[in-house]
Amino acid sequence: METVRTDVAIVGAGGAGLRAAIALAQADPQLKIALISKVYPMRSHTCAAEGGAAGVIKPDDSLEHHFNDTVGGGDWLCDQDAVDYLVQEAPKELIQLEHWGCPWSREPDGSVAVRPFGGMKKQRTWFAADKSGFHILHTLFQTSLQFRSIERYDEFYATDLLIDEGRCQGLTAIEMRSGQMRRFQARAVIIAGGGAGRMFPFTTNGAIKTGDGMALAYRAGVPLKDMEFVQYHPTGLPSTGTLLTEACRGEGGVLLNKDGRRFLQDYGMGPETPIGKPVLKTMELGPRDRVSQAFWQEQKKGKMVSTQWGDAMLLDMRHLGEKKINERLPLVRDMSISYMGVDPVTDPVPVRPVVHYMMGGIHTDIRAATPLAGLFAAGECACVSINGANRLGSNSLTELLVFGRRAALSAIEHLQTNPRAGNDSAIGALADAAQARIRALFQRSDGKESVAGLRREMMQTMEQHAGIYRSGAGLVEACRKLGELRRRYGAVVLTDKTNVYNTDLLQVLELGSMLDCAEAVTASGLAREESRGAHQRLDFTTRDDAKFLKHSLAWYSRAEPPRIDYRDVVITKSQPGVRDYSGAHE
Amino acid sequence: MSERQVELEVLRYNPETDQEPRFQRYSVTCREEWVVLDALNHVKENVDPTLSYRWSCHMAVCGSCGMMIDGEPKLACKTFLRDYPGVIRVEPLAHFPIERDLVTVIDDFMAKLARVKPYLIPKEPAPADGSEYRQTPAELKKFKQFTLCINCMLCYAACPEYGLIPQFIGPAAISLAHRYNQDSRDGGRAERQEEIAATEGVWECSFTGACSEVCPEHVDPAAALQQVKIKSTVDWYKKHLMPWAKE
Repeated sequence: METVRTDVAIVGAGGAGLRAAIALAQADPQLKIALISKVYPMRSHTCAAEGGAAGVIKPDDSLEHHFNDTVGGGDWLCDQDAVDYLVQEAPKELIQLEHWGCPWSREPDGSVAVRPFGGMKKQRTWFAADKSGFHILHTLFQTSLQFRSIERYDEFYATDLLIDEGRCQGLTAIEMRSGQMRRFQARAVIIAGGGAGRMFPFTTNGAIKTGDGMALAYRAGVPLKDMEFVQYHPTGLPSTGTLLTEACRGEGGVLLNKDGRRFLQDYGMGPETPIGKPVLKTMELGPRDRVSQAFWQEQKKGKMVSTQWGDAMLLDMRHLGEKKINERLPLVRDMSISYMGVDPVTDPVPVRPVVHYMMGGIHTDIRAATPLAGLFAAGECACVSINGANRLGSNSLTELLVFGRRAALSAIEHLQTNPRAGNDSAIGALADAAQARIRALFQRSDGKESVAGLRREMMQTMEQHAGIYRSGAGLVEACRKLGELRRRYGAVVLTDKTNVYNTDLLQVLELGSMLDCAEAVTASGLAREESRGAHQRLDFTTRDDAKFLKHSLAWYSRAEPPRIDYRDVVITKSQPGVRDYSGAHE
Repeated sequence: MSERQVELEVLRYNPETDQEPRFQRYSVTCREEWVVLDALNHVKENVDPTLSYRWSCHMAVCGSCGMMIDGEPKLACKTFLRDYPGVIRVEPLAHFPIERDLVTVIDDFMAKLARVKPYLIPKEPAPADGSEYRQTPAELKKFKQFTLCINCMLCYAACPEYGLIPQFIGPAAISLAHRYNQDSRDGGRAERQEEIAATEGVWECSFTGACSEVCPEHVDPAAALQQVKIKSTVDWYKKHLMPWAKE
């Protein structure tokens, strides 16, 4: 097997991976950096983020406000030392992107413009029209091209971490073009592999978001933290799940039930605010978990509009006018017309909550370090945790920048304190074993399970039992079913046994990642007998700080369900309180 | 919900097992509102797991699913079945080598993109107080359109010159170079000029405008190419006819 020797290997070349790569290249031009991704960098899902990135920049705002919004928005499950670090670093990172050429939208005086976002008390979301993630990704990718030390391995699928002497020393990956396995021997590894929304049938997430980075660490013995917290974004197109950014509401769009009532006022987010004059942190600018839950409740009452794709609420942006919609929300207009046949300039757009983001992920500390020496993680695949039980919109783009860079700095510290070379023959044996597991898939002759069939059953299970509201009985059933699917996965058939760009193989491996992540979601959810943020239990309807002001950790087991234990939340200055999104707050 | 039987004629090629590309017919029941990508996914899931193609976002922003649909370069995620009453022919993007089925080899584009230095080469050092460069909405507007390129390469598949002269740097890479040249914060035009004003650079373009017609993001690469030509011509005149004039 061909071996690539490098100082730092990065798995994933989206926002977090690219930010880490640039930070490494700038810190030390002598460092060898391998940037490995299953897709070309500009295909990474960061490109689909629309609304913007939060960072304090305007004089009426403060780091304390950003901190408080984030911690309260996360229902006090955030580690507050990490949130402090996030809000401090956020403006620097966003300005750094500006210095790299990011086309942020501007005020008439040439300073960067900010827009309101859900759950945020001040306007602090930097944006580039409604393609903010796209511009961040392309700015990072294009900037990365000037660093010769960043060696890219595009379309390489990582299969296993190589762990010897108690530290992570690299990974194996399949080159899609040839089907050949490559061994990356590295002194440190950063995982930046994105989320896992594809476990669910209805999601804003692109096809590539299958939890591979999470599964890579999880199988290597690193716990997944707070996996039960899955974010539903309130406004997806019912036909395709395509995201309509929260900026629709930030700019003044309102949500209506079938009677034309702004129903959020009936769910603790009132009183009603004047049309076209959005008030921060209330009504349509409430947090995503609350708005999605209000939809579910209102649907139960039969108050939703029925469409051929199921029940929907209406997102009314007509009062914004064509000029503002074209200037601030061009993609939203284009998507609504293309995929729903509705022009937001003339008609309200049907929308419904859609799986969007994993608050949970690979357990890291504030340095983006995992408990496994030499392994770091950043971006959606990681759980630092700054998002707690519910992420505020526009904190994730900021997070991937701040902690992408942090992971790079921590990796450098690791290199400096761990100069030892690895044991070549031991690592080689591990890589050979990884290759043998892939070969076994090709040689399997008694397989009877199809990848599409297993995937469908997994998605149905998640949709049915791990959605906006969950119950103990449902989660028990989901855990049972996922255990069964994991066993049946052992008999999955590989139809395509050729080498070049084998997407059948890719999908089999991706399904394996998703099944492992899904089981962590349902097992953590079953154990958490309370309702907090995005995890709402019909049988435990209140938050229980005495028992569950804690992070869940799910530990992998090959044949058994994951073991769940807990870890204290870091609380420095904000004691758990009431999340008040009524107009009454201050 | 209305459904329709759709006939797809898809180019297949596996370098390990095929001497040359061939077409395969799939007849699939599709929903009326589907795009071509949905139909391909339906085939992959239910009919033929060996069919290979790239896709991800399903919202025309990741740029993965460019392919020839009835002979035209299109994003499969934004090409609606309802616009194609007959058999739909699906092929890999023209002018690129086929890696497998609908997957093309895009090394050429990736190399050219890097060559034009598509990153900010600052005109002035960043503000010393750590703040942002000032840029007015009008200055932003001068280049904003050229930032919208998703690197889908439909313009290369449409470009007659790229088909004839593979050395041509091509519409997307030149547009992105131009994007930085036009940015009020940038001072790197001279450095980029070596690549884009060379023979294989902008001068290969015969201005058929095909690139702009197929661009799913309305970047208008043809306009970028024309602006680069005009600026390069002005450079030439300045240099040769007015050697005393400053750039």
